[in-house]
Amino acid sequence: MLRGGNGKGRTRAAEINLTPDLTIPKVFVQSAHRYGDRKVAMREKEYGIWRPITWADYFERVKAIALGLVALGLERGDKVALIGDNRPEGLWAEMAALCAGGVAVWIYQEALIDEVQYIVDHSDAKFLIGEGQEEVDKALAIKDRCPKLQCVIWDDPKGMRHYDDPILERLDRVMEYGRAVDQRDPHRFDELVKGGNGDDIALLFYTSGTTSAPKGALLTHSNMLRMGQNLMRVDPSYEDDDFVSFLPFAWIGEQMMSVSCGIQAGFTLNFPEEPETAMENLREIGPQVMFSSSRLYEQLVRGLQVKYADSTFLKRKLYEWGMNVGYALADAKFEKRAVSLPVKVQGYLANALVHRALRDHLGLSRIRNAYTGGSAIGPDHFRFFHAIGVNLKQIYGQTEIAGISVLHRSDDIKLDTVGKPIPETEIKIADDGEILSRSPSVFKGYYKNDAATEKALRDGWLHSGDNGFIDGDGHLVFFDRSQDIMILNDGRKFSPVFAESRMKFSPYIKDAWIIGHQKPYVAAVVCIDYGVTGRWAEARGIAYTSYQELSQEPRVLELVQHAVERVNKTLPPPARVKRFVNLFKEFDADDNELTRTRKLRRNFLEERYKDIVNGLYSDAKQVHMDTQITYEDGRVAKIKADLKIMDVATSQ
Amino acid sequence: MPELDDGVQLKVESIDMFFGGVAALKGVSFQVRKGEIFSIIGPNGAGKTVMLNCISGLYHPQRGKILFEGKDITSLRPYQRARLGLSRTFQKIELFRGMTVLDNIRLGRHMRMRAGLLSGGIYIGKVAREEIENREFIEREIIDLLEIAHIRNQVVGMLPYGLQKRVELARALAVQPKMLLLDEPMAGLNLEEVEDMARFILDVNEDKRWQVTCVLVEHDMGLVMDISNRVAVLNFGEKIADGTPDSVQRDEHVVRAYLGEKEDLYVTRR
Repeated sequence: MLRGGNGKGRTRAAEINLTPDLTIPKVFVQSAHRYGDRKVAMREKEYGIWRPITWADYFERVKAIALGLVALGLERGDKVALIGDNRPEGLWAEMAALCAGGVAVWIYQEALIDEVQYIVDHSDAKFLIGEGQEEVDKALAIKDRCPKLQCVIWDDPKGMRHYDDPILERLDRVMEYGRAVDQRDPHRFDELVKGGNGDDIALLFYTSGTTSAPKGALLTHSNMLRMGQNLMRVDPSYEDDDFVSFLPFAWIGEQMMSVSCGIQAGFTLNFPEEPETAMENLREIGPQVMFSSSRLYEQLVRGLQVKYADSTFLKRKLYEWGMNVGYALADAKFEKRAVSLPVKVQGYLANALVHRALRDHLGLSRIRNAYTGGSAIGPDHFRFFHAIGVNLKQIYGQTEIAGISVLHRSDDIKLDTVGKPIPETEIKIADDGEILSRSPSVFKGYYKNDAATEKALRDGWLHSGDNGFIDGDGHLVFFDRSQDIMILNDGRKFSPVFAESRMKFSPYIKDAWIIGHQKPYVAAVVCIDYGVTGRWAEARGIAYTSYQELSQEPRVLELVQHAVERVNKTLPPPARVKRFVNLFKEFDADDNELTRTRKLRRNFLEERYKDIVNGLYSDAKQVHMDTQITYEDGRVAKIKADLKIMDVATSQ
Repeated sequence: MPELDDGVQLKVESIDMFFGGVAALKGVSFQVRKGEIFSIIGPNGAGKTVMLNCISGLYHPQRGKILFEGKDITSLRPYQRARLGLSRTFQKIELFRGMTVLDNIRLGRHMRMRAGLLSGGIYIGKVAREEIENREFIEREIIDLLEIAHIRNQVVGMLPYGLQKRVELARALAVQPKMLLLDEPMAGLNLEEVEDMARFILDVNEDKRWQVTCVLVEHDMGLVMDISNRVAVLNFGEKIADGTPDSVQRDEHVVRAYLGEKEDLYVTRR
């Protein structure tokens, strides 16, 4: 299309011949030697300034940490658990663990103590590398229940004055040990790296099950490298690209970009100052490549919608015109239709006047490829990004296949598909509709869980548990997890995920949970967006003191009602929502309502909110709720609330 | 009463403070030692904030003496006291609401800058270096410590109350004080913000790079008893007790002054 930044004239690292003995550390060492101190490997915004770290620095630190870990007793195959926000030290530690022959086990930063304990214990981790006081507190709380844990490493000294537990070790001390080893034995590091093999386990990922306890997926070095290479065969990355690392390292998508693609393509990783500043920092960097969950894209759209509503008349009109032109062009692109000259001219104008400003505002002015994965993104959001000229593409894949098996091609994007398999990857549909895939990146199995491994891996095919089909153009269409297709009492089928994603296009709705399996009609539980709805209420002089109060405010209920009515008009009749309630809180992973990748855990929700569900399928006008919630520090509190049940028109 | 002269940083001697016929403080004396967290507590209207205002120089007591590091500061003006190393926050936020967080902090830093109007206008050599050093100080020692990086460029008036309180502390720290006077730093904060603020006060007090003596006026008894080294209790303008949190909680005058609120004294947040 007409938008710039397509990567022409950039330098691309030569494709590596991935022989079976190659490991992530070997490729890392090659890249570090190639770029040395001539190229910036990563940047971190610290104390208000972007501070560069060259490949030579990166290499030196990884080497010191790796040898330090060995000095502390790390042996080949030992597990190293890692936890913390995205920051250079986290990646150095991971790379160091891999160089020393260890297996990296990332834990979500916000994981509660019990989750941390489960993963550290189940993975047999010998080391736990955290960031600062928060992680150290978690580690000290679990160490007695995790007898295999030998050493806890931290690096941020804030608040660490009074900690003297012998299990603790400071990262710069570890690096000193490592440098001492290097002085005595300068070849030690090279030998460690050389000792690795492509078939060794590199990463152990605990997948957040929507239904069960986490399972640990074992991925080898070559799984990861081949996946990155195959992804970049479709969408090349360049040495002077920038990537912003702000999604959890415990998510496969972040490992895909920061580790596998990062060391092969040699692009620069950028770490935000604080998690709260990620969006601001994203805009400062303006990355060429981005991979994120649908959640982030939804959030970006919501932010723009709010700004639009607050804007002046003229600007609103300009925006509306620009978006209409953008949508027309985007639809033409999806349908591969040529557009007439007048539309084209309007497109140039709209780009200059509206789309470019919007892209810049989102930090996407240089974006070449924006990927979304994890959970399904709604068609409205998807169209929105194409309308403003952002090349958003679906990625489909599981942790068990190193994160990616299917991808949209830039010139072949369809709204309702997830694209075509990447090179060296086969997709087929089983007789019962299950999606099966096979590639060099299929994992080795679940750690200490043979039953689950046998279920997932049969004759070399990965059984995804997802349903789907392949359409006439060879694109994969997938319905979310098999259990997520619902059937009404009268036998009509509908997709709750689809309806939910449509509802989330309203800026006032942050989350929606659709119910209706084996029920007479569809009902919904809505979580309003506190920030956006709050501002809406303030502008109208509606007083409220809490989320709970705002959610039950009659005018807010009406607002949501209108939003749901609008969504109903776009849904097939069986999927239309007949009744809904506004929940008194947002869904939260700490309450087990969502997985850490923010998918709804439906079975759990149904059990927890069964009073609400019963209310929605009765004649009641309101439902009384009595429940407990978990604060971030693990405390629990009781909540009592009366929720009004709202009816919605379902006919056209 | 043991002799505390050793290591005493602030000495308050028989302060009387009247507003017309009302005696707000009657013969109050106490001593604050270097490096401690010293809290002044008491029921409403006991004269706690008046005491703090006398120390910072906002009020001038009719009688009595205040010595800071051995120097009589009773007749000094607030800015002169600030130059000596006394800095404060206010119960009701007194920030420049139309300025950004960073500008508010820089303003607190102004006193430590030496460049004049002319050299600042030319801005070369020493002046530029000074600017960079101060920027570094603000970023490293204050913004990072108080976790306000995400709001550094936002206008103060737009921020939630809890964050504004934090900016108040940031500005007070920019003076690089030897002693920090905190007037109800926890008032109006929610539980999480209280815990954060307590952590920041402890950081400022204990961290090697700061080690600032803190004088705290606070209503939150749980917090006071948790973090203070010593506590002085005022009641109707008179000091009725001082000592360690334990001894103060057992003091019968204190219990009587708080009669009916006795439980409050023992409440800790946990």
